[in-house]
Amino acid sequence: MIVFWILAILLIASAVFTVTAQKPVYSVVGLLVNFVALAATYLELHAEFLAVIQIIVYSGAILILFVFVIALLSSGVKPFEVGPNRAPRIAIPAIVFAALVLAGIAATVAGTRTAAPSMAGGVTGDANAFGSVANFGAALFTTYLLPFEVTALILMVAVVGVVLIAGDEGPGGIVRRRKRRAIEREPIVKRERVAP
Amino acid sequence: MNVAPDSYVTLSAVLFCIGVVGVIARRNPLIMLMSIELLFNAANLALVTYARLWLNNAGHIFAFLVITVAAAEAAIALAIVAVAFRSLPHVDADDAALLKG
Repeated sequence: MIVFWILAILLIASAVFTVTAQKPVYSVVGLLVNFVALAATYLELHAEFLAVIQIIVYSGAILILFVFVIALLSSGVKPFEVGPNRAPRIAIPAIVFAALVLAGIAATVAGTRTAAPSMAGGVTGDANAFGSVANFGAALFTTYLLPFEVTALILMVAVVGVVLIAGDEGPGGIVRRRKRRAIEREPIVKRERVAP
Repeated sequence: MNVAPDSYVTLSAVLFCIGVVGVIARRNPLIMLMSIELLFNAANLALVTYARLWLNNAGHIFAFLVITVAAAEAAIALAIVAVAFRSLPHVDADDAALLKG
């Protein structure tokens, strides 16, 4: 119980810090605390594999990506600037909208309430219990094999897309470079044709 | 000792709303993207909570897929941000109006 409240306070405080921080780097730090606290919450809910994945993928990969892009955007000729902050003007409508979303979620959860079992007990301590890595892996590679394979396709499309978008010269970079190389080669080809 | 599932669902809803405020109110595209990550995480927390409640690991699989899609989304979105804002004076979502016509 006390662990839940500590984690809840940590999660909400770090989320608020992420959203209100002035510089994106501070937001990354807030988000890091949020992700680690969420991984601990997953452990509380017996989702061991997801807790580890949360740390590795989110805190390890995605946040590093954010840090790299922040460094990339601020390393140009011009100093890194954050545009005029319009947050105060939009903050009140945004909070009103978020309150409406919260009310909608609460109404939906209350309206679809069924007789759910209580969370007390139900998880045994052995290695194949609910939420263990063995249990998760067995489900992932049998019942949910197709979604898992589709995941691989999604990641590959993402990698190819990122290389096409940001690969050395921005959108169409590879095509443009190939055209330029063809133009550079042209006079040499002509000279060779004239020579004999 | 045991925490009611409602506490976790409420926590998830609150985190989701903080993320919504971030996406709407902030104009820095990087912070907007981080708020979107908060939204993904809030949804995942609800999925994992209900998986625990019903002792059904379909929720875990779905959360795993969400994490994968979030990783792909973050990579592509950050590539677009890096390319789009390299030539703009401010890193501000309102300045990216090239397609406005």
